[in-house]
Amino acid sequence: MSELISMRAADASLALAEGTVSSVELTQAHLDRIEATESHIGAFLARSSNALEAARDSDDRRAAGEKLSPLAGIPIAIKDVLCTSDMVTTAGSRILEGWVPPYDATVVSKLLTAGMVALGKTNMDEFAMGSSTERSGYHPTHNPWDLTRAPGGSGGGSAAAVAAKQAPVAIGSDTGGSIRQPASFTGTVGVKPTYGGVSRYGVIALASSLDQVGPVSRTVMDSAMVHDVIAGHDPHDSTSIPTPWTSMTEAALKGSRAESLAGVRVGVVKELLGEGIAPGVRQRFDEALELLSAQGAEVVEVSVPHCEYAVAAYYLILPAEASSNLAKFDSVRFGMRVTPEGTPTVEDVMSATRDAGFGDEVKRRIILGTYALSAGYYDAYYGSAQKIRTLIQRDFAQSFEKVDVLLSPSTPTTAFPLGEKMEDPLAMWAGDVTTIPANLAGIPGMSLPMGLSPEDGLPVGLQLMAPAYQDARLYEVGAVCERLFEERDGHLVSERVPEVI
Amino acid sequence: MSEMTPEAIRHLASLARIALSEDEITRLSGELGAIVSAVEAVQKVAGDDVPPTSHPIPLGNVFREDAVGDTLSTAEALAGAPDHDGSRFRVSAILGEEQ
Repeated sequence: MSELISMRAADASLALAEGTVSSVELTQAHLDRIEATESHIGAFLARSSNALEAARDSDDRRAAGEKLSPLAGIPIAIKDVLCTSDMVTTAGSRILEGWVPPYDATVVSKLLTAGMVALGKTNMDEFAMGSSTERSGYHPTHNPWDLTRAPGGSGGGSAAAVAAKQAPVAIGSDTGGSIRQPASFTGTVGVKPTYGGVSRYGVIALASSLDQVGPVSRTVMDSAMVHDVIAGHDPHDSTSIPTPWTSMTEAALKGSRAESLAGVRVGVVKELLGEGIAPGVRQRFDEALELLSAQGAEVVEVSVPHCEYAVAAYYLILPAEASSNLAKFDSVRFGMRVTPEGTPTVEDVMSATRDAGFGDEVKRRIILGTYALSAGYYDAYYGSAQKIRTLIQRDFAQSFEKVDVLLSPSTPTTAFPLGEKMEDPLAMWAGDVTTIPANLAGIPGMSLPMGLSPEDGLPVGLQLMAPAYQDARLYEVGAVCERLFEERDGHLVSERVPEVI
Repeated sequence: MSEMTPEAIRHLASLARIALSEDEITRLSGELGAIVSAVEAVQKVAGDDVPPTSHPIPLGNVFREDAVGDTLSTAEALAGAPDHDGSRFRVSAILGEEQ
C-alpha cells in the first residue's frame, strides 16, 4: 500500500510545506486507491474529473511562494448532500439523478478556497434518511472492516472512504448521528459541531433545526484542521452563529500534549448505557473509563433522564421538517419529471414524479411528517416533541454544571450486517438512541475509536459531548483519549483496517 | 385519523403529493400504525408549563442589509429544469378539466 494514502492530513500538510511530496502525488495516490478499491467499497456516487488539475494548481501556487492554508493540496471527499457546481449532486436520490447545482455550498467554497482537492461525492442514504447507507437510491456502501457489513449511515460513503484510505479526510452531515455513527462503525473520527457552527447554505436540507455539517477523518487532529476550515458565520444561512470560533487545531494540539487528565470532569450518561448496548461495546467503554480515571480524570455518573424519549421526539421532528423541506422536489425547477398518460395537471405530474423518484424510507417519513403536522395532530405530535426537546436541553444544561464533557458509547452495537434491518424501520431507528440527543439539544458531539470489540473484532466508538459553543473542548479531550488509546494499543484503531484487496 | 387506515394514508399521500400505489398504501398503513404507536409516548411527557423548542440555539430575527448580491442568471436558474422555454419553467396545466 502506498504510504501516501496512509498519511495523516496533518503530516501530509507538513510534507507538502517541506516539499517532500506534491499535491499531484498525493492526489494521484488517492485516485489510484479509489480506482483499485471502489468496486469493493462503493463509497462514491461521483468522482471529480479535475482533481489532478486542482492539485497541479496547488503545487504551482506553492512553488510561486504563495502563502497557502494548512490543508492546501490535501484531497477530500464530500458527502453528496452538499451542492457542487462542478459535480453531480443527488443527495443519494434518484429524483436528482444527473443534477448539477448552479452554485457551491458555502462549505465547498471554503474547502476550495483553502486549496483542498475535491476527489468526489460520497454515497449516503437518500436525503440522509437512514443509518446504513443501504437507502441510497444508487448502491450500498460496504464497510472496509467487513465487506458484508454496513458502514453506518447516512454518511457511510464518507466514513468508508476515509477508513479505506480512499481519502484522508471527508465532509459529512449529521442530523441524528449521520457523521458519528458511521465513524463508530468504520473506526474513524467524526464530529458534529454545535448547531449553527458550520453553514448549511447549499446543503440539501433534511431537518433544518437538526442538520449540521462536520468533518470525518482518521485522527482527532485531522478533523480539527478541517473543522477550522469550514466553521464560521455565513450571511447566507440565517441560523449560522455569528460568534467567532477558537482554533480547533490548537485545542487538539493542546490535548495531544497534555500530561494527564487531572482536573477534567467526565460525566457518563446513565441513560445511554441501558439495554441494547452490546457486551463488547460495554467492555471497551468501561475500559476507556478506567483509562481516563487512571490518567486523573474525575469520572462521575450523570443523568439525562429525558433521553428516554429522544428517539420518539426525533422521529416526529425529523419527518415533520423533512416533509416540508422535500416539498421542493416538485418536478418543476430541477430533477426528475414523470408525466402520466392522458392530460395530467401539474399536480398529477408532481405526484407521479415523487412516487417514482423517492425511495421507500423517504416516502415513509414524508407521510409520517405530513401526519405529524396535519390539523388536529400538530400539538399532539410535533408540539409535544418540541417540548421534549426543551426537557432534554435542560437535562444537558444541568449535567454540564457538574462536568466538562459527557461520554457514552457512540452506538449501541458495532457495524451490523448489510440487509439485517432493512425490513424493520423501527429497529433501524432504535440504533440512533445514543447520537440523537446531541442533535435535539444542538450541542457538539464527537465519535472516536476506542478499540475493537472482543465479540466480532469490529471498531467501537466513544462519543464525547460538550456544551453548545464548546466544540474545542471535544478536540482537546478527544486528542487526550486518542493518545491514551494509541499508547495502550500501540496503534490507532484506523491503522488496523484490513486490506480491502 | 389516529388509526392509520388505508384511507388515511391515501389522504396524507394526496396532501404530500405522492401518487402511492395500492401496494404502497397497504404496506404503509401497517408500518405507520406501528410507528405512531411507538412515538405517541411523547404526548404524556411534558406539561403545559414546558415551552416548545423549535430551534436549539437561541437566535432572534436575523437581518441583513437590503443590498443586491450575486444572483443566478436566467440560463443558470433554468439549467437543471426538466422543461423550460428559455425564460420560464414549463409545466403542465395548472387546472384540471373540471376546474
